[in-house]
Parts: sequence; C-alpha cells; structure tokens
Amino acid sequence: MTQTAPIIDATNLDKFYGDFHALKDVNLTVHQGQKMVICGPSGSGKSTLIRCFNGLEWHNSGKLVIDGIEVHEHAKEIRELRQEVGMVFQQFNLFPHLTVLENLTIGPMKVRRIGQQEAEETARKYLDRVHIPEQANKYPSQLSGGQQQRVAIARSLCMETRIMLFDEPTSALDPEMINEVLDVMVELANTGMTMVVVTHEMGFARKVADTMVFMEDGRIVETSPPDQFFTNPSSERCRIFLDQILEH
Amino acid sequence: MSLTETPILKGQALPERPAIQRFFGSVSVSVAIYLAVIGLIAWGSYTGAQNMGYNWQWYRIPQYLYSFTDDGFQPGELLIGLGATLQLSITAFVLASVLGLLVALLRLSGLVIGSAVAVGFLEFIRNIPLLVLLYLFYYVLGPIFGLDRYTASILTLAVFHSALISEILRAGINAVAQGQWEAAKSIGMTTSQTYRYIILPQSVRFMLPPMTGEVVHLIKSSAIVSVIAVAELTTFGRNIISDTYMSFEIWFTVAIVYMVVTLILSIGVTYLERRYDVDQ
Ligand SMILES: Nc1ncnc2c1ncn2[C@@H]1O[C@H](COP(=O)(O)OP(=O)(O)OP(=O)(O)O)[C@@H](O)[C@H]1O
Ligand SMILES: [Mg+2]
Repeated sequence: MTQTAPIIDATNLDKFYGDFHALKDVNLTVHQGQKMVICGPSGSGKSTLIRCFNGLEWHNSGKLVIDGIEVHEHAKEIRELRQEVGMVFQQFNLFPHLTVLENLTIGPMKVRRIGQQEAEETARKYLDRVHIPEQANKYPSQLSGGQQQRVAIARSLCMETRIMLFDEPTSALDPEMINEVLDVMVELANTGMTMVVVTHEMGFARKVADTMVFMEDGRIVETSPPDQFFTNPSSERCRIFLDQILEH
Repeated sequence: MSLTETPILKGQALPERPAIQRFFGSVSVSVAIYLAVIGLIAWGSYTGAQNMGYNWQWYRIPQYLYSFTDDGFQPGELLIGLGATLQLSITAFVLASVLGLLVALLRLSGLVIGSAVAVGFLEFIRNIPLLVLLYLFYYVLGPIFGLDRYTASILTLAVFHSALISEILRAGINAVAQGQWEAAKSIGMTTSQTYRYIILPQSVRFMLPPMTGEVVHLIKSSAIVSVIAVAELTTFGRNIISDTYMSFEIWFTVAIVYMVVTLILSIGVTYLERRYDVDQ
C-alpha cells in the first residue's frame, strides 16, 4: 500500500482564522483504499483539517496534494477535485426542497452533465446500497435522522467519488440510529473506498480503521495503527483522551 | 446616513427600520389603517358635503367602471385605467426584481468594490423622495436619453423599488442555512449553479411575504406618475373629474379600486404560502 503515491499528501500545513492558529504544521498522508479515523478534543482542528481536503477551507502555508492536484484557493481544478472528494456532514445538509431522488441526481445531472435516466439509475443503486430504496420520493424532512444521513452518504456516492470524508457523521443522531449509519459506513469501507472519518465512535474505529490519528490544539499528536493506538498510545494526552471517551 | 457608517461587509444588513415603522408597514396593519382612514374620510366628507350642499351623483359612477352594450361587457374608463396601472406596475416590478437581484448579488459577492457600488446605490435611492426621482428621470434623463413619459415612469418605479427589493432578496438568501452552500460546493457545483438550484428555490419561502408587500407598495406608489400625466388609474380619475366635477365620488371609487386589487393580492399570496408550506 505504501509503494503507490499517496492520494492525500499534506506537508507542513498551517491554517489561521484571523489570528487564531487552527492547524499547526500538519503532516499527513492517506493512500488509496486507506481508512483513517481522526479523533481529538473539541476545537482541536479536526473539522478544519478535513474541510481543507475538499476546498471548504484553505490552508495558509504548506502544501496539500490530493489525487495529483495541488490544492490552493485559486486552483482551477478545485471543482474537479470536489467531485472526486465526497463529504458527509454532521448536520446532513440535504437539500430540503428536493426529494431524496432529486438530492441524489442533481449533482450528477448539473455538475457531471449526466442524463436524467442514467442519474436516476445510479441514484437507485446507491439508495439500495444504503438500504432505503423505498424512500426515493420523500422529502428529507419526512425521514429520520439516520435515514437522512444515509441519503447524504448516497448523495456523495452518486458523484462516484474516490475519497469520502466524514465529519462526525453520527454525533447529531439519536443513539438508536447511530448503528444503521455506522453499518453503512462499514460496508462502504469493505468496498475499498478511501475514507477519512472524524468520529469518536471507537467501536467503528476498531472495526475499520487501519490508521488512527489523534489531534490536539491544531497539531497531530499521534498517528498509529489501531492495535497500538488503543492499547499503548505513545502520548500521554492521547491516553487521557481515550480513557475519557471509552469510559462511556 | 453616510457610507462610512455602513460597514461594507459581505451582505450585512442595512440597519433595520424602527419597530414602529415595521408595525405600520405590515400588510394587515396597513389594511386596517387604510380602512379606518377611509371610513373616517367617508363619514367626515359625507356630513361635510351635506353641510356645503354637495350634490352626490353616485348613480353616474358605474358607467366609468363598466357598461353593457350590444357587444356585451365594456370596461369603463376607470377599469381601463386600472389595466394601465397594473401593466405599468407589473413591468416595473419585473425590472425592479432583476435590478434588485443584481444589487443583492453584488452585495453578497464579497467583492469590496461590488458591495461599495451596491451600498452607494441603496443609500442614494433610499434618501431621495420618489417624486424627485420621477422628475429626475422625466425632466433630466428624459431629454438626454429621449425617454418618453411612460418609459420614464417605469424606470423610476423600477429603480426606486429595486433598492427595497434587493434588501428583501439579500435577507432571503442569507436566511438559507450555510450548510446548504457547503453541501452544494462539496458536490462540485459552481456559485451560479448553487444559487439557481439550491439557494434561490429555498429563499422564495422567506421572500414571498415581503415581496407581496412590495408589490402592493409599488401599485400604490405608481399613482405618483399621474403628475406627469401618464395614462393610468389616478390620471383617468382626474380627467373624469375635470369633465364632471364629481370629485368626491370619483376619488372614493379610485381609492376603493386600488384597495380591492391590493387586498386580492395579499389574500392570494397568503393562500400560496400555505400551499407552499404543505409541499415542504
Ligand atoms: N470560521 C472560523 N472562524 C474562526 N475560528 C474558527 C472557524 N472555524 C473554526 N474555528 C476555530 O478553530 C478551531 C478548530 O475548529 P474545528 O472546528 O476544526 O475543531 P474540531 O476539532 O472539529 O472541533 P469539534 O469536535 O468541536 O467539531 C476552534 O477553536 C474553532 O473555534
Ligand atoms: Mg468539528
């Protein structure tokens, strides 16, 4: 896996919000097919980091190369990049005025210029994949949170993305709906999708992650394989954090 | 208000009108006040007219609204005038909306120059009286650009109301959750695709009520073009009076015609809004 060029390659990334130093000298590589889970306390910069990966935020210095495209604010290829990199948000962010099916077809039709029939076939395929084929004609507000998040995952998949970013995809969900979303994500991981997941669901992390990343205060403090990460993390901060979230 | 007091930030709201103005500006309150004032005037002028021996001739009014001849229904002068008023108002409203959308997008563009131009335009329009704007278009720009009175009137109304409409549009656009922008971006949409397919369709719901108020406002303010004798309801009313001297009857009738039209509009939109809500 390490022989091929990384699909995400971040070198010395720094990011400021005004005076606030949100990312400090971040170095990270993700290879094709890799499943990376990022955790860390609130405000440590996890969202900021993965939002840099699809151009929702811009780093101020350092170098970020994704799928061979160097990412910066004025890159012409930024829209192509976004089509390669899907994003699933904590708050789902479905389009409330469109039906589920339209939510899934609007990207392929308007951005990729695919015909309606083909787009709908793809949409139904992915709705099947996330186990809600029967909801195609409903509006998002008529679905449960778990169903909405699965639609959001399907929406990204419909763009035939090569990398999927998840920003705390289950933390806005009622507890009984978390598993239906995590199950879909595990299945997605098994298809070989490259995934970068910000989550505190350590059960999920144990099941699918091949790399664990711990962030604190804008820095990556620890990067290690899960067995080492959970049993013997090298940093004290990480150990304390894990103790806190695993207590529950 | 000066430009420096208005921070030229991305799409920031102009200072809100005071609560008391908002209260008197709302559709239902306007209608209630309208009715109360009309009632008072009606009662006052009726008794006043009695005292001065005014010769009421209400029976002569219907012919100015409509008549039936061998050819069937014939609209009277006032209805023809109403048609002209509506045509003028609709044309001006469409133009005002297009211009208003441009100004709103300029303000939201985040470009410093864009926002400065937009805010400058808004402050300019907001601080001159409609009548003066009309004179500017008719007596100053008219001769320069060869505008006839009808074109000058439409442009005046369109420019004046575009300022108000742009604020409504901007507020409606801002009312759509930020997450919608991010979701649209993350599937690779351009800014214009995002506006067209994601943001504007959702902001319609927020814009519909204030936009109706604005149409009502526009229809009412269109009466002002009668000062340059553009053929429309108020002008026709005035012409009839100069022929017949029935000023009381005609002005009451004209007021009621305006009121009926604007009421129908408000009721229609309330109904639309409800249907739109159900669809969501
Ligand atoms: N648009 C912004 N403007 C200013 N500061 C910001 C902005 N976005 C994030 N920050 C700050 O940057 C820091 C990192 O934020 P970020 O959202 O990346 O944290 P996080 O690790 O995702 O936290 P959480 O677990 O709460 O989501 C926080 O201190 C936050 O206040
Ligand atoms: Mg976050």
